[in-house]
Amino acid sequence: MTATTALSAPSAPARRAAGRSPAPAARRRAALHWIAVHTVAIAAALFFVLPFVFVFLTSVMSDDQALSGDLWPTEWNWSNYADVFNTPGFLDWWRNSLIYAGLGTLFTVCSSIPVAYALAKFRFRGRRTAMILVISTMMLPPQVIVIPMYLVWAQQLHLSGSLWPLIIPMAFGDAYSIFLLRQFLLTIPREYLESAKVDGSGEFGTLLRIVVPMAKPGIAAVALFQFFYCWNDYFGPQIYAAQNPGAWTLSYGLESFKSAHSVNWNLTMAATLLVMAPVIIVFFFAQKAFVEGVTLTGVKG
Amino acid sequence: MATLTNAPALRRKARRERLRTLGFLSPWLVGFTVFFGYPLIATVYFSFMHYNQIEAPTFVGLRNWRYVLEQMPLFGPALWNTLWLVVVMVALRVVFGLGIGLLVTRIKSGVGFFRTAFYLPYLAPPVAATVAFVFLLNPGTGPVNDILGSIGIHAPNWFNDPTWAKPSLVLLSLWGIGDLMVIFMAALLDVPREQYEAAELDGAGAFHKFRYVTWPSITPIVMFAVVTGVVQTMQYYTQALVAGKLASGVSIGPGSVIQPGYPDHSTLTVPQLVYSLGFQNFNTGAACVLSLVLFAIAMAVTTLLMRKRAGLLSAED
Repeated sequence: MTATTALSAPSAPARRAAGRSPAPAARRRAALHWIAVHTVAIAAALFFVLPFVFVFLTSVMSDDQALSGDLWPTEWNWSNYADVFNTPGFLDWWRNSLIYAGLGTLFTVCSSIPVAYALAKFRFRGRRTAMILVISTMMLPPQVIVIPMYLVWAQQLHLSGSLWPLIIPMAFGDAYSIFLLRQFLLTIPREYLESAKVDGSGEFGTLLRIVVPMAKPGIAAVALFQFFYCWNDYFGPQIYAAQNPGAWTLSYGLESFKSAHSVNWNLTMAATLLVMAPVIIVFFFAQKAFVEGVTLTGVKG
Repeated sequence: MATLTNAPALRRKARRERLRTLGFLSPWLVGFTVFFGYPLIATVYFSFMHYNQIEAPTFVGLRNWRYVLEQMPLFGPALWNTLWLVVVMVALRVVFGLGIGLLVTRIKSGVGFFRTAFYLPYLAPPVAATVAFVFLLNPGTGPVNDILGSIGIHAPNWFNDPTWAKPSLVLLSLWGIGDLMVIFMAALLDVPREQYEAAELDGAGAFHKFRYVTWPSITPIVMFAVVTGVVQTMQYYTQALVAGKLASGVSIGPGSVIQPGYPDHSTLTVPQLVYSLGFQNFNTGAACVLSLVLFAIAMAVTTLLMRKRAGLLSAED
């Protein structure tokens, strides 16, 4: 009995108990609990962190050593990273990823805000249906509609071999972003909007001057998600850019990197880290917005 | 009565409001029609056509449907793999995510470090994460089998073994558990503390507190995680494709056609088969049939979500 309660004591009562300088038995139980929890936490942390460590260590090994199964590099070949950057096309992939993610995010945010605002704050017939359609689109596997879409872009508009078939549709709202922004806008009290209207602002003025500034955290989260979505996208570039290596993105190019350097795991691992790096750097700068966004998807529904 | 005299003015106001609503919704209305409505109808159209993307399409009735559902050898394995992943991956992800969420809420020292460590892998781009795992788990020189071997464990061939390829993908998906961790963490912190204290006064142990206090208040979030997990896993594509290609060791230049699902079709999912039919075999009709099968399953799950989670729609103002 004591053992089970010790292992399970929720943090709040335990913390409060600590403040009241508890009996030695309770203190020992708290200490045991602390040790148990942190042992499990360290084991879990190893599972999450070690892959990054091994990838990094391999990325600086020499060609021969990377094939040996050693875990620790005998010499640190930082030049591997230079070799990756010097791989033909690698810088183009960077540029393409930035264009796709940058323009895609800008288009998505600008086109989704008014739609989300209307769905959150206007009363009109068909609003519920519209929400159901937005959520349905969100759930739809992209593979379902890709074939006719590809035929239009390739045969009628002659835009295959570029990323435009992926970027242009983002100027027409993105279901997931609309959904998240709507959830966020619902939390803005109606009185703020009413008072803006009394001041003589039109709906669009209200949106720009009152709603957008108030919804900044939500907009930041949606922008981040969309940026990451574009950065990580593999299926889209595979459909539209595969035949033209000049239009590849990092996510798409990385996989071909392995075959170009067929057995050079060290260079492949260096490239892998270089593809992960921007996302992780962005995360450290925008951690709060990100966690807010993830929470928004599940909890505030 | 007063409204009667104002009727024209009111009508004008109503029309203005309708136009305003349409204006705000217009980006999505256009997008939905052009990038969703049209291709969906066209998919149905092509599912009854023979079309190799060069000659004009010809009507063939139900032949594509019969081919996909009755004869196509890869339909069975692809459907089985997708369903296997939907069941196993989603279940393990929810259990593991909840476990990590519970763990994080109990950590007292270094919370920031642990939370970041648990969360970061979720951010790794799927292709990069998959390339990393194919390396880590490769049977020849991979560090994982190296370490397991040195402590005397005979490790499997992971992505190169038809039995272990899907479990390896599940392992990869557990590495990226960060999204579920955050959602569960938020849900767990929302459980009122007084309820735990009341349960403790009643002498409830760990299990009882979880079963009767924690669980009832987090079930909506668990439900949400399950259904979105199912929807995501039905689309499972990138990781399976990249893992199969890299592990097979086949040189992949642009335009090269390889059989997807290495080893032995064990990682072939329905979305991969759609791609393979439509963009490698140019069998547009069969690819569209398969798309519609996927669509039907996805819609069934979505409807379930709508019913279970009416909250998604009801939180109006």
